[in-house]
Amino acid sequence: MKRALATLLIALTVAGPAAAANCPKTTLGDVEDEVMCPVCGTSLELATEAPQAQRERELIRRLVDDCKSKDEVKAVLAAELGDEVLALPGGEGFDLAAYLVPALAILLAGGAVGLAALRWRRDRGAGGEAHDEGGDAATRRLDADLDRYDL
Amino acid sequence: MKRFLSPFAIATVIGVVALIVLLSYGLGSKSPDRGIEQALARGERVKAPAFDLPRLAGPGRTALEDLRGKVVVLNIWASWCDPCRAESPLLERWHKKISARGGTVLGVDVLDVSGDARDFVDEYGLTYPQLRDTDDSLRPDYGANGVPETVVIDRGGRISAIRRGPVDERFMREKVLPLLGRPA
Repeated sequence: MKRALATLLIALTVAGPAAAANCPKTTLGDVEDEVMCPVCGTSLELATEAPQAQRERELIRRLVDDCKSKDEVKAVLAAELGDEVLALPGGEGFDLAAYLVPALAILLAGGAVGLAALRWRRDRGAGGEAHDEGGDAATRRLDADLDRYDL
Repeated sequence: MKRFLSPFAIATVIGVVALIVLLSYGLGSKSPDRGIEQALARGERVKAPAFDLPRLAGPGRTALEDLRGKVVVLNIWASWCDPCRAESPLLERWHKKISARGGTVLGVDVLDVSGDARDFVDEYGLTYPQLRDTDDSLRPDYGANGVPETVVIDRGGRISAIRRGPVDERFMREKVLPLLGRPA
């Protein structure tokens, strides 16, 4: 009996801090810069006084206390307040521009870099040829001079 | 002149113009639609946009179509909104007054935590049906951009009045009461 009690005591002593070490899995500060306050139109971090932001924070605090991970907290927020809370633009209408504009910008920038590289190679080629032409002329001139002073 | 027509200059101008067009379109598409107010100002009643939303408490959904033939006082609210708190007792009183005459107040909770919304309903003892719009899809259809907002829908499913902000006794008397005596 004494041995069983001692084992239980040891188990509790070890398991208690281990469980506490796994919880909380995230913090309010860690979540609030990655979610929106839908009414305020800003990230929750920036929405300090808005009543809806306060409610949202209370919900996050409760979920953090319940040992939910950041992803779990975000999933609950999306279920409660809609996908808009995830600070990700929607996939249709004007929101689609948030995905299309950067993609187009990258394509255009890539094209511009490619074009610039082509021009640079062409100019360098032309410059090189011109330099070679200049070099040939100088050599010829030097040869002619040497011929003239050929003793 | 040739320098101004270089591909880079043309691409830059096209980019800037495209950005301006995009921003203008964005501003236009995000601003609330005032078509309902304009129609009401002309003395016209527009068909109320359809919706089909889950109930706030308990299973099941309610569509506007289910309420055809009734005068519907559609109230868009949230538990964190102070003016919503102020108008709730009045809405409850009017719901009791009009429900026997073929009318109903219908609450739609938006941008809210469901537990907070249910606590709100319990706190104020609200007996009128409550729906929940998690995706906030209803407000843009009704040109709403805040809470509370109230839309009065006649028996034929057409919008007869709208209030951007809290309702008062006068609004209810002038905009709701006359509809109760009229057939669809």
